Amino acid sequence: MDGQGVPDVVVIGAGVVGAACAYYLSRAGLTVTVLDRGGVSGGTTGAGEGNILVSDKPPGPELQIALRSNELWRALGRQLEGIELEVKGGLVVTESQEQQEALRAFASGQAGVTATEVTDVRDYEPHLAPDLAGGMFYPQDMQVQPMLAAAQLLRASGATVRLGVTVTSIEPGRVVTDAGVIAAGAIVNAAGVWAGQLGDVPVLPRRGFILVTSRQPELVRHKVYAASYVAAVESDAADLQTSPVIEGTKAGSILIGSSRERVGFDAAMSLPVLRLLAAGAVRLFPVLKQVRLIRAYKGFRPYTLDHLPIIGADPRVPGLYHACGHEGAGVGLAPITGKLIADQITGSPTDVDLSPFRPERFHVQL
Amino acid sequence: MRYDVVVIGAGPAGLAAATTAARFGRSVALLDAATRPGGQFWRHRAADTGAGHRDWATFAALRDQLSGVDYRPGSRVWFVEPGFTVHLEGGERFAGARLVLATGAYDRSFPFPGWDLPGVVTAGAAQALLKGQGVPIGKRVVVAGSGPFLLPVAAGLARAGVRVPAVIEAASPLGYLRGVPPLGKVAEAAAYLAQLARHRIPYRTRRVVSAAHGDGRVTAVTVSGPGGQRVIECDALAIGYGFTPQVELAIAAGCETRLDGDGSLVVQVEDGQSTSVPGVYAAGEVTGVGGAELSLVEGRLAGLAATGQPLPLALLRRRSALRRFAAVLARVHRTPPWAGRCDEQTVLCRCEGVTVDAVNRSVRQLGVVDGRGAKLMTRVGMGWCQGRVCGAAACQLVAAGAGREVSRDDLLAFGTRPIAQPVTLAELAE
Ligand SMILES: Cc1cc2nc3c(=O)[nH]c(=O)nc-3n(C[C@H](O)[C@H](O)[C@H](O)COP(=O)(O)OP(=O)(O)OC[C@H]3O[C@@H](n4cnc5c(N)ncnc54)[C@H](O)[C@@H]3O)c2cc1C
Ligand SMILES: Cc1cc2nc3c(=O)[nH]c(=O)nc-3n(C[C@H](O)[C@H](O)[C@H](O)COP(=O)(O)OP(=O)(O)OC[C@H]3O[C@@H](n4cnc5c(N)ncnc54)[C@H](O)[C@@H]3O)c2cc1C
Repeated sequence: MDGQGVPDVVVIGAGVVGAACAYYLSRAGLTVTVLDRGGVSGGTTGAGEGNILVSDKPPGPELQIALRSNELWRALGRQLEGIELEVKGGLVVTESQEQQEALRAFASGQAGVTATEVTDVRDYEPHLAPDLAGGMFYPQDMQVQPMLAAAQLLRASGATVRLGVTVTSIEPGRVVTDAGVIAAGAIVNAAGVWAGQLGDVPVLPRRGFILVTSRQPELVRHKVYAASYVAAVESDAADLQTSPVIEGTKAGSILIGSSRERVGFDAAMSLPVLRLLAAGAVRLFPVLKQVRLIRAYKGFRPYTLDHLPIIGADPRVPGLYHACGHEGAGVGLAPITGKLIADQITGSPTDVDLSPFRPERFHVQL
Repeated sequence: MRYDVVVIGAGPAGLAAATTAARFGRSVALLDAATRPGGQFWRHRAADTGAGHRDWATFAALRDQLSGVDYRPGSRVWFVEPGFTVHLEGGERFAGARLVLATGAYDRSFPFPGWDLPGVVTAGAAQALLKGQGVPIGKRVVVAGSGPFLLPVAAGLARAGVRVPAVIEAASPLGYLRGVPPLGKVAEAAAYLAQLARHRIPYRTRRVVSAAHGDGRVTAVTVSGPGGQRVIECDALAIGYGFTPQVELAIAAGCETRLDGDGSLVVQVEDGQSTSVPGVYAAGEVTGVGGAELSLVEGRLAGLAATGQPLPLALLRRRSALRRFAAVLARVHRTPPWAGRCDEQTVLCRCEGVTVDAVNRSVRQLGVVDGRGAKLMTRVGMGWCQGRVCGAAACQLVAAGAGREVSRDDLLAFGTRPIAQPVTLAELAE
């Protein structure tokens, strides 16, 4: 693409969601220009992790699209170079028989999700604490390097990517930027946690911290998390929720999460939260006690009040589509989001019921 | 434990700040990772009596005044919380109503083929080894890089009986004299040059070490300059392109930073060394590289300001004069652009094994526009040293690739280390 003329679609945001939109739109034969005020993956995509999970989703519309996205990621893993996609599986561990029963009941309701009950979790993860009650193994769960994934999706899309361009407002048929007005047939708002201000949709930040250890020999093989994680994800409480989530990476470091707080865009490191994350990690993996933390970072998950992403046309502004509000699952849900947006813009039928994700579902509250 | 003032760093700046605050009756804690006071400038051995050190009398006086200070050697600070609570490795905490950050600087490096060979060390490391343990880094040592610091390093090695075949300086420092400098400083440089002459050490300007050679250990270096290339045999290379201030604790405390004349990220301070965070002061190289005397002056100012004393005009004037001279040096020794002439296959980030080429490609192909992007896409600066060694060079590459100068944000991406020292998860979990 030469960047000349009016592109069919302008995508705002070069995070993993915007990149996936560009990819599927281009594949549908449309010309695409992607704009970002920073570089590729400079937003939440560069401040989170790369789990592609079905295990943590309760039955409902999000699970439905997560399963579809899981398949799309597998295909992308074969098509794209260097995105570090690993089908490693997820292990959810429980601390009591009561929890184990609750997890079993939860899993039995997840249609389409493969789950194997595990009695000795150390068969899967030899370094787990010996006193855990049990768990459930989810072979469909995967991991990807989200920053590289966004970059490779953009490369493969062939879209025109304009970095260092800030969009100041969206109007029908055009976006106003600090580098001039850019006309477009359609506009996709994939500005992540900042999509709310730009597109007048209720997307808010939910802060999370991640601890990173020095490189280790393989201590943690799968993505491992405590059963309490699902409750924390689904929680509506504004105050701090933490629940241990641990995974190794290709580079050898171990990533430790997870925390959720609604504190606006407060960027300060909170030592009490870091302490809770460390405590959760050594509780599950005592072997990590003597492992050194070398780094910690934070990111802001783009969340909505019903914890579902906003995907689809905005009835108020002709030609504007939203693809935002994926909270802690934007990496996992990026391909299906891009696919659904492309289907909508090209007028192709979608085989997913989009109504739970409609932007206007919040309008009554406005 | 709660103190009126907690000072981090016991180099010239921190020693001056702590002893000054104590003189006005304040309770002061002085924390430093090293086992002895003095920082880099007065790094010494237990039995040292000052031979070969400069201004030792000043140090001895400061050391005597430490009796009025709760001085804690061997204290590594890994976290600073608002308010202020300072966390040491091992679990100890120090609370202070005021905080003085005097964390100094470390060597700035620019990679070249062979820079990871044993025997290739930073100029500061060679100096630290000599001063701290009395051990010269080799028998035949090339000293290279840029900046006035190369002179004392070469002179010190020569005094210790080491053969220094050449001092290789990238800039042409005769420009010093054009910048209205305080006389003492020029005299100091002249004295070092005289020492080099006495030891018959050639001082070669506008030249760089472009490669180090050797099998298992450096045995020679290639020097490139206007007259072409030349190979010099040696068993060690001490190389440094100035210093990078240690700003991570200041950033963690929320202090505003700025880009200094030498291209480093430094803490922004006002006259009394106050930072943008009320109650936090910064003194010495952390506010801009300028030598030990400037660090001392700033430390005194910080000690006075942190105890609410008036700031003597003479001290403020001295600070300005020394800062002006530092600015001249920074201009003269401004590192020649390295990004355009580095070898693509050289490993830039040794912790994570990232090559120059990988960073260049991330700019060309992966949508990297800044320092942070390079980290995210290539892992440069993500390893054990957290970009302390490769940060300056990585920022230059990215900026050159994007066709602009290195920015404050580029450097912030590498200088932001909320966890200032690696800490075990067990300790953090407590
Ligand atoms: C700690 C943490 C852990 C996480 N772990 C996971 C996980 O394991 N799995 C998972 O699936 N998800 C995870 N997430 C969530 C995931 O990171 C996000 O849902 C996802 O990255 C959102 O992608 P995005 O493309 O929508 O947003 P972003 O990556 O934030 O991209 C939005 C882009 O829009 C740009 N932009 C904004 N405003 C403008 C403007 N006005 N003009 C131009 N450009 C603009 C920004 O610069 C940014 O690059 C985690 C998040 C956090 C914080
Ligand atoms: C390796 C090296 C050698 C040098 N040698 C010389 C020399 O021989 N002659 C010369 O003129 N100049 C030398 N310099 C330049 C020198 O830095 C200054 O001239 C002077 O020492 C600066 O004083 P300062 O007080 O600002 O910092 P420094 O003297 O660097 O003191 C900073 C102190 O802070 C401590 N510190 C930093 N971070 C932490 C932390 N997280 N926790 C606890 N303590 C911490 C360090 O241990 C150090 O003692 C050297 C610089 C370096 C990096």
